[in-house]
Amino acid sequence: MDITVNGETQTVADNSTVADLVRALDLEQKRIAVEFNRQILRRELYAEQMLAAGDEVEIVHFVGGG
Amino acid sequence: MIRTMRDEFQLAGQTFRSRLLVGTGKYRDFDETRRAIEASGAEIVTVAVRRVNVTDRSKENLLDYIDPKKYTILPNTAGCYTAEDAIRTCRLAREAGVGSLVKLEVIGDEKTLFPDVPATIAAAEVLVREGFQVLPYINDDPIAAKRLEELGCAAVMPLAAPIGSGLGIRNPYNIRIILEQAKIPVIVDAGVGAASDAAVAMELGCAAVLMNTAIAGAKDPILMAEAMRQAVEAGRKSFLAGRIPMKLYATASSPLAGVIG
Repeated sequence: MDITVNGETQTVADNSTVADLVRALDLEQKRIAVEFNRQILRRELYAEQMLAAGDEVEIVHFVGGG
Repeated sequence: MIRTMRDEFQLAGQTFRSRLLVGTGKYRDFDETRRAIEASGAEIVTVAVRRVNVTDRSKENLLDYIDPKKYTILPNTAGCYTAEDAIRTCRLAREAGVGSLVKLEVIGDEKTLFPDVPATIAAAEVLVREGFQVLPYINDDPIAAKRLEELGCAAVMPLAAPIGSGLGIRNPYNIRIILEQAKIPVIVDAGVGAASDAAVAMELGCAAVLMNTAIAGAKDPILMAEAMRQAVEAGRKSFLAGRIPMKLYATASSPLAGVIG
C-alpha cells in the first residue's frame, strides 16, 4: 500500500507499523521526530501505530542552521 | 596577575560560562562545523529542523558531530512564515529529545528575513503555555521585546541587522532601550559581521550574542570563531569594567606639573 512520507509516496507492506517504517529507513538509532497524520507520535508508540493507505508521515531531524 | 571573574550567564534556569551562541549552518562540512564551534567556546548551538531525506539516506547526521551531551542544542524555526508552522516545528524539535529551549523565528518577508512580530507573539503565547523556554528573534523593537517578556519568554533576541547581512548593530539606541527595560536576558541575534560588532553588543550590556554567518562565511571560520569568542569576552569585561564617558575635548594623561623648560 502507498503512504506519503515527507511529501513523497512510499510503498510499505500491509500490516506494517511506524516502527517498521523507521527501521526500513535506517533511522532507529537517530535523533528524529515523527508526525503521524499531522499529530506528533511519541517514540514509544511507533511500534503500536499501524499504517494505512493514504497515511501521511513526517520524519524530521536536525540539520545545520542559525 | 589576571583577575578571574565569575561571570555566569543564566538562561532559562541553566548556567553558562560562554556568552556566545553559534549556529551550525553554512559550513563546508560537519568537521568544519565541529572545529568552529569548539574554537568559539560556545555552549549553546542552534540547529534547524528539517525533513529527513528518505531517498538518500547515506548522509551523516549533524548530531554525530555536535554531541548533545556536551552542548545545549537550540532548535530554531527558521523558514517558518506562520505561527502555526513555527509551533509545529518546536513541537517536533522537543519530541526529538533535545529539551524545551527553542529559538522562535517567524519570518515576515523573504528579502529582509525580518520577523513577523504579531505572528511571533502569537506563537510565543502558545509555546510558553506548552512549557517551552522560548527565545524569540525580533526586530530591535522595545515594544515587541516588552510584550514577549510579559508573556513569559526566557529571553528576547533583537537583531543587530538583517540575518546574514554582516552590517553590525544598526540601532544601538533601540538595543539600549530594550536593555533598560528588560529583566530577562537580551541576546543580540543576527547581523553581526566582524568581531568588533560582537564586542559592541556586549559593551551595550547584552547578555549574549548569537551568530552563524559571521563565522561560517568568513574565509577562515575557525580563526573567526576564536576572534568572536575573544570579542564577546572583551566586550563583556569592558561593560563590567565601566567605560569612561565620551568627551569632546582632551584630558591629559600625564601630570601637568614638572614639565621641563
